[in-house]
Amino acid sequence: MSGPMIDVVDLGVSFGSTRVLHDVSLRLETGQTVGVVGESGSGKSTLAKVLVGIVEPDAGEVVVANTDVRRLGRRSRRAAQDYRRRVQMVPQDPFSSLSPRRTIGQTLAEALDPARASVRRHEDRIAAWLERVGLPADAMGRYPHEFSGGQRQRVAIARSLIVEPSVVIADEITSALDVSVQAQILDLIAEIKAGLGLTMVFISHNLAVVQRVSDVVAVMYRGEVVEAGPVEQIYADPRHWYTRQLLDADPGAPGFSLG
Amino acid sequence: MLGVLVVVAVVAPLVLHDAATGLSGDANSGSTGAHPLGTDGLGRDMLARTLVATRQTLIAATLSTALAAVLGIGLGVATWLAPRRVREVGLRLIEFWVSYPTLLVAIIVAAVLGQGLGPAVVAIGIANAGGFARLTANLVAGLAAREYVVTARLMGVPPGRIAVRHLIPNMAEPQLILVAQAFAGALVELSGLSFIGLGAQSPAFDWGALLNEGASKIYTNPVLIVGPSVALVFASLAALFVGDGLAAAANPRTNTSRSRLVRRADAAAEPLEADVLLAVDHLTVRHDASGRDLVSDVSLRIRRGEILGIVGESGSGKSVTASVVSKLLAEGLTATAARVELSGADLLGRVPGPELARRVAMVYQDPGTALNPALTLGNQLTDVLTSTLGSSRRDARENLVGHFRDVLLTDPEGRMRQYPHQLSGGMKQRAMIASAMSTRAELLVADEPTTALDVTVQREVLGLIKRMNTTAGTSVLFISHDLGVVRALCDRVLVMKDGRIVETIDDVAHMTTEAVRHPYTRQLLAATPVVHTSRPEVEGADR
Repeated sequence: MSGPMIDVVDLGVSFGSTRVLHDVSLRLETGQTVGVVGESGSGKSTLAKVLVGIVEPDAGEVVVANTDVRRLGRRSRRAAQDYRRRVQMVPQDPFSSLSPRRTIGQTLAEALDPARASVRRHEDRIAAWLERVGLPADAMGRYPHEFSGGQRQRVAIARSLIVEPSVVIADEITSALDVSVQAQILDLIAEIKAGLGLTMVFISHNLAVVQRVSDVVAVMYRGEVVEAGPVEQIYADPRHWYTRQLLDADPGAPGFSLG
Repeated sequence: MLGVLVVVAVVAPLVLHDAATGLSGDANSGSTGAHPLGTDGLGRDMLARTLVATRQTLIAATLSTALAAVLGIGLGVATWLAPRRVREVGLRLIEFWVSYPTLLVAIIVAAVLGQGLGPAVVAIGIANAGGFARLTANLVAGLAAREYVVTARLMGVPPGRIAVRHLIPNMAEPQLILVAQAFAGALVELSGLSFIGLGAQSPAFDWGALLNEGASKIYTNPVLIVGPSVALVFASLAALFVGDGLAAAANPRTNTSRSRLVRRADAAAEPLEADVLLAVDHLTVRHDASGRDLVSDVSLRIRRGEILGIVGESGSGKSVTASVVSKLLAEGLTATAARVELSGADLLGRVPGPELARRVAMVYQDPGTALNPALTLGNQLTDVLTSTLGSSRRDARENLVGHFRDVLLTDPEGRMRQYPHQLSGGMKQRAMIASAMSTRAELLVADEPTTALDVTVQREVLGLIKRMNTTAGTSVLFISHDLGVVRALCDRVLVMKDGRIVETIDDVAHMTTEAVRHPYTRQLLAATPVVHTSRPEVEGADR
């Protein structure tokens, strides 16, 4: 594959008269992870939705895995579906992202084979992936309510990875979890990422979490990327005032005070 | 009851068929030994006829309910699958449909279709389908926005399969309840149709038809209508009870008992030091249904002006402990303790509401659900001041506006007239803190107040709590799963795991992985994400 895996140039999105994203540019090579940080309303989730192809951009270019996302809707359904399988999103809330009436096996089978969703045919692959995300293979026959939030998030991760995508978008996947569970999930992400050479967009409002998994960081504020660069550089030498404010707001940070 | 009905429906026609249709000499008799409910104009026994009619009536009601459910659910899902414009038209049509009483619709449809039991069944099915269609359309609208449905769509699952796999199974409970209600309704409607002559035609008969015959002779032989009336009431009640049972089973809150607080006699309470504000001794909270202890043998002290943190993961019992202190223990839980005392007041006994309101204030995790969306901030947040603490309206408003200013809400007077949805999460949480300040409570119970907030907003809210503590001397019980947050704010920290306190940290400033004793605390500390920077001023910092 040639060129960057994700290439966003001057992206603009408006909902009605409100501009949600504007002049956003982002470039990511294969195998890299970008951490997108910002507060609620900064446009990070909209960026994710543009990348998956749920929200249509108004301006700019978005090319992911050599596919122009803008023309996705206008081309054949087949191409759109193919794209959506190559770019996977791990949703934020592990409690609403799994259907309560379907077993874990059925949920994963549906990802592999949307039309028939036969568990029996894909049993080996499902079992292998469950073990890979740290769950026993017999979890296949059980229902989501039998699992904790962290375990469900593991299932959600397995569901997006089982189709072997080129790009994974993780939107606040740890913000609904306890810190100790969050640490386990971050370790899991780091391990899988290294093993598969995945390209990843990791969205969070927590700078410390982003630092743990990313190569590159993009800080968003009111729909714009105000600062972007390699992790070491941003954290050591933040240029923009908003980045500094974010860094100081972390309870563990040296600049933190409750004045 | 339903069982009895089914047995009657199956057995009666086999055994009593002859009695029900056979003619006898004594026509129009009253209640006699041989015919307890009398006989009709052709001398047929009414009791037997009523029992035999059970089958006919139940089958017809079941069929019409099934028809209504299939038709309604199908239509409801179809509107979701349809393109946008068709969907809007469909929804309006469904609303139009349910705006007419079902019996009226049934009569009109039956009049069009003609007489007979079959047309009556269809008519009632169609009339009831509107209700199912509307329920389904409403449920689908909610379910379709769920992440698992969106994810399935992105995976490329065809819409029809999404409906079958994800939508219909997940709306089973409300649909079942509606089925039971519709069945009861169908019984009455069916009888109604037969009663006005549109339903079962002679020689076939159901309860409605029997009622029709009986009603015409109500002055000469009133006992005739007793059989079909009682049967009808009995069957409707049975169906409604089943519906209520299903509803109760679907709602876990209905079967739980009230919460209880019990004093434990066996443990002797030691005397308290003078500066202790809150004392809890040997608190155990049990879930009544499962017999599991959510909190076991927890004792804690909060001194005046102190901020005590409780840290632990979900299910560690930290929120339950806090709910005992504010006397908001959830239903179905029983708490036993040797002592729960707040500045001299015994919380195990009865505490008058105003008294409690004056002593304890609360800030909850989710400011979005803690505020009533239908009331302005001014109205709901001054409520406690005017109704329980006896301030005048004017004083209460001034008090609150002053505290809005304290928590740095812009335009405090204007905020009083705003509704919660006009504020961001951080602003709502600030308003909650302002409200907590306004009562001058001695203790603030803050249950994960910043978990739903961004880091920058979290910092502001933590700052406010700290300010409230330093300026007003309010003690704080602060609950969180994040040691990083707790470390920044609290004077002392309790670490809870599986309902027990595993470690008490008195020196929060020097909390490091080496200094803490319990392995769980160490694990929590290691899991707390900390930004690593190599900025010059950080080097050599103690982390």
